[in-house]
Amino acid sequence: MNLLANLINGLSLGAVYAIIALGYTMVYGIAKMLNFAHGDVIMVGGYVCFCTMSYLHMPAPAGVLFAVIVCTVLGIVIEKLAYKPLRQATSLAVLITAIGVSYFLQNAALLIWKSDPKVFTSVVNIPAIRLFDGQLVISGVTVATIASSVIIMIALTIFTGKTKVGKAMRAVSEDKGAAQLMGINVNSTISVTFAIGSGLAAIAGVLLCSAYPTLMPTTGSMPGIKAFTAAVFGGIGSIPGAMLGGLLLGVIEIFAKAYISTQLSDAIVFAVLIIVLLIKPTGLLGKAIHEKV
Amino acid sequence: MSLLSVEDLHVYYGSIHAIKGVSFEVNENEIVTLIGANGAGKSTTLNTVAGLLKPRTGTVTFQGQNIVGVPAHKILSHGLAMCPEGRRVFTQLTVEENLEMGGYTRTNDEVQETLQVVYERFPRLKERYKQVAGTLSGGEQQMLAMGRALMSRPKLLMLDEPSMGLAPILVDQIFEIIKTLHEAGTTILLVEQNAQMALSVADRAYVLETGKISMTGNARELLADERVRKAYLGG
Repeated sequence: MNLLANLINGLSLGAVYAIIALGYTMVYGIAKMLNFAHGDVIMVGGYVCFCTMSYLHMPAPAGVLFAVIVCTVLGIVIEKLAYKPLRQATSLAVLITAIGVSYFLQNAALLIWKSDPKVFTSVVNIPAIRLFDGQLVISGVTVATIASSVIIMIALTIFTGKTKVGKAMRAVSEDKGAAQLMGINVNSTISVTFAIGSGLAAIAGVLLCSAYPTLMPTTGSMPGIKAFTAAVFGGIGSIPGAMLGGLLLGVIEIFAKAYISTQLSDAIVFAVLIIVLLIKPTGLLGKAIHEKV
Repeated sequence: MSLLSVEDLHVYYGSIHAIKGVSFEVNENEIVTLIGANGAGKSTTLNTVAGLLKPRTGTVTFQGQNIVGVPAHKILSHGLAMCPEGRRVFTQLTVEENLEMGGYTRTNDEVQETLQVVYERFPRLKERYKQVAGTLSGGEQQMLAMGRALMSRPKLLMLDEPSMGLAPILVDQIFEIIKTLHEAGTTILLVEQNAQMALSVADRAYVLETGKISMTGNARELLADERVRKAYLGG
């Protein structure tokens, strides 16, 4: 029973990682850059939701909605101001800029919301599920987190597989020049990708804070790095890979905490990542399509 | 008035002066070819017309409108499609998705309609419509790239080295297709290293040498020209 409880907790944490990892992987797929500020967008999402509920006394759905809107806009603005001027620059310049944006967001949050932790009120009101005569309790947040990640995954798969914009996204991620020759506006496709990734980050932020209710300007950085690891783990650029990587990472982390050592759990997570990359450098579902010439 | 007219085009890669005052024109229903050695500037010229490169000076007039400075993704809606060098099909998309991308600027109904036309012209693509493009053979990828460019129903189709890397029998097939497209009323600007084939299908030709037009004229006459034979047709 304990094992099952740990597995469910792991899946729940992994689902959050997965949602964040989707943002990393989509942006990487299209813009070929690692947006290290992505984790901090999660934190902004958390604060926006917190302010809407605690200061404006609005209900939870409004908080979630505002968080998604603010983060989506923030994602587009960050891309326009910080990354777009660097479209032709070296990847190192873009990487350093992304780290700069990350610090900017953290410090802006510090200025606005101060350093003392805020206590986040959960946005999930659904009751816990009790199974096996109350031996296994699954909290409402856990249910909501896992359900959201499944819905997001299905929606994204349909979006990239069936819609015109989604297909154009895949075309741009493969060959920007050829995509332009098809009449696809590469800049707006990149904007849409940042918008989706950041909107997802807001959802992840709200879910994360509902499960672990302490909110600080640095709240997003560790989950951000873990989710980035998850994206690499699953194969960066691959949407199902991000999902799988996130879930596995969450389960490994919780299992390591439960059965090996709480202090060493992060080390174990990264050790597993290193082993996977040694065996399969493209990640679990990384693409290695054979192209005939 | 000509469909496409390029005047005194100068293109630089950084400080390298790649195209030095190229002028040419393409009239409606013609096949015009730009031939020349590797590095002469053929692809650079096409990429500039397609909007992927910006010329330093010069004009590109299409249907009476100057299209220099129009972003690449908007050129297509002017009626100018390009099938790029090296085919550049989207290898991770299916054949049909590639074709749909070719019709990106058109409505769904138009895409469905043109899809049938393209499938009729390239039955092989219809057989493989669900296959991922990266698994097609070189010849099939070339057909896909051409079909994809036709999806926008262009007034002018620009083909950049369609025969590159293909077996001789496939080269013949591709040039057969070019002839059929032309007979069906498509105007074609063809860039080729295979001068023999290009000159045998084209109406007119321009010879490009280190960024300049060195010769121009009727394709059949150039095919017989002593200098062209020596330089590009192996004697």
